[in-house]
Amino acid sequence: MKIAIKLAYRNLLGAGLRTWLNVVVLSFTFVVIIWMKGIMVGWDYQAKTDTSNWQIGGGQYWHQQYDPFDPFTFSESHAQIPETFNENIANGDLEPSLIVAGNIYPQGRMQSIAIIGINPKQNVLLLPTQKLDTFINAIPAIIGLSTAKNLKLKKGDFTTIRWRDSKGMFDASEICIVDLFSCNVPAVEAGKIYIPLAVLQKMTGMENEATILTFRKNKMDQQKVDDWVLKTNEDLTKSIDEMIKTKTFGQSVFYGILLLLSMLAIYDTQVLSIFRRQKEIGTYIALGYTRTQVIGLFTVEGAMYSILAALVSAVYGIPFLMWQAKVGWTLPVDASEFGMAMAQTLYPVYSALLVISTVLFVVLITTVVSYWPSRKIGKMNPTEALRGKIQ
Amino acid sequence: MENHSIIQIQNLTKIFPMGKSDFTALNNVTLAFQQGEFAGLIGPSGSGKTTLLNIIGSLDTPTKGTVEILGHSIGNLSAKQAANLRKEKLGFIFQSYNLLAVHTVYENVEFPLLLLKLNATLRKKMILEALEWVGLTDKVDSKPPQLSGGECQRVAIARAMVKKPVMVLADEPTANLDAANSHHILQTMLKLNQELKTTFLFATHDEKVINYLKRRIYLIDGKIDKDILVDH
Ligand SMILES: Nc1ncnc2c1ncn2[C@@H]1O[C@H](COP(=O)(O)OP(=O)(O)O)[C@@H](O)[C@H]1O
Ligand SMILES: [Mg+2]
Repeated sequence: MKIAIKLAYRNLLGAGLRTWLNVVVLSFTFVVIIWMKGIMVGWDYQAKTDTSNWQIGGGQYWHQQYDPFDPFTFSESHAQIPETFNENIANGDLEPSLIVAGNIYPQGRMQSIAIIGINPKQNVLLLPTQKLDTFINAIPAIIGLSTAKNLKLKKGDFTTIRWRDSKGMFDASEICIVDLFSCNVPAVEAGKIYIPLAVLQKMTGMENEATILTFRKNKMDQQKVDDWVLKTNEDLTKSIDEMIKTKTFGQSVFYGILLLLSMLAIYDTQVLSIFRRQKEIGTYIALGYTRTQVIGLFTVEGAMYSILAALVSAVYGIPFLMWQAKVGWTLPVDASEFGMAMAQTLYPVYSALLVISTVLFVVLITTVVSYWPSRKIGKMNPTEALRGKIQ
Repeated sequence: MENHSIIQIQNLTKIFPMGKSDFTALNNVTLAFQQGEFAGLIGPSGSGKTTLLNIIGSLDTPTKGTVEILGHSIGNLSAKQAANLRKEKLGFIFQSYNLLAVHTVYENVEFPLLLLKLNATLRKKMILEALEWVGLTDKVDSKPPQLSGGECQRVAIARAMVKKPVMVLADEPTANLDAANSHHILQTMLKLNQELKTTFLFATHDEKVINYLKRRIYLIDGKIDKDILVDH
């Protein structure tokens, strides 16, 4: 094995350009795989971080009737805030919010909207709710940028919202858009309008009631509370992991093709070199190699492409990957159209496991691809190989 | 006398299947060689010289008859045993040198020693000694494409001789060389034969080579025609 490595190394370096072509193509494969996987890990991390920061904090309690995908549940999904959380609320680690189904009338058109009451002084979530802490002759409201675009509303615009109160009676009021916020998490802004919690509770006659209780990060207080369902941060971000997993699968098709191309190049090189180097193969055998050892030598030679490629990709790949991790990769299309938490710029995250597993995987595949055509040597007659007569 | 034979060939026949009919390349050959001979198989092209050399070199096997090399019966050896025999006891020299083109002279000569798993210091000593025998100590770092044909063949001799094999098999070693280079390598081999008692067995139809041989075995159509000992 040691001899094979030594010989293979000399043979490869001696082969010159052909070797470096294969090595560069393969090194490119390494860098792209690690970069693409890194982007996915980074996206997953960013999506979970943004979702935590903007939407779910350190975990939530939901009213047992609440179903975020069914606005018809909103009329039932509210209850008195359990007293057991009074202390958490008092020291600012827990923020209740109330969700009511309503309509909004921008330029006289009617659109359904979820009206969310939230404490203007909260800082559990990144929502700029402090802007709601103001006095104007309408209800102050904040909405997300793309919702504002859909509703054709600008900062400072006045419009009307309508809702049903606790007794099912319709009521309406004027609101003023005091601020627009930009957020990567579609669920936070799509079809939602935020107003002060106390105002909403009063409007609907749901004094001291809430739909969702959101904890500050790392301040989750897990207990069993009647009528309320515990949703940990992990529960709520599981769908992100699943989403990323499906995206990763689609992505692996891409680098599968890249890998296939570089493996074809190596396979082709192997077939050609076994054909062209028959005399050399015969000579190895005459000097005391068995055919099996020659197969080993050619396999090591092929596998060494991947080792050299790993070294070459380290030379330009490490600076490139580190630079990417710093400046990130900006999506060429509008990220808000992806339908999940996605920043316009994604920052790849690489783990040692990612790098090591990628290298091992590629080395393994290359070894198999190099071994496969080399098996032909096992059937070669050494005397014919020495004459160079095998086709 | 029989006891000192390093090669004993009894009724060796080699038949190559050629489509429907068979081709008899060696026909009932019986021969023996002693340690230290400087002998050659002589005959026209197609007379079976290479075939016989390959069988003696354990690269091929007899169809009929027995071939014993240093006590090993060719034909009964496993691939591994045959490889070990070549690795430890035999050296090969080819018409077209068969050097590793991308390796240096030093590395080419080193190859058989790597197979024997000798350590680097010992290897170096042996390689330089072998290159001295053939007069190429100034070319250690050259690669075969930078050398002349004569130099290449001298590298090949160094590679065959470096491990001090019991026997060297040389198939048409001068076929690609001019007269001066042919004489040069033949003198080198003769000197090694005398100093190291290495047995040399040639396959040739080159008069220059034949003149150096101390034993001339003429082959015609796979049969031994004459077997002559020469007194110089
Ligand atoms: N592997 C083989 N298959 C078929 N015929 C062969 C094979 N090897 C050699 N021969 C034939 O056997 C004969 C002797 O060949 P060879 O030993 O190479 O002769 P020489 O070396 O004396 O020129 C030639 O006619 C050659 O064509
Ligand atoms: Mg021949």
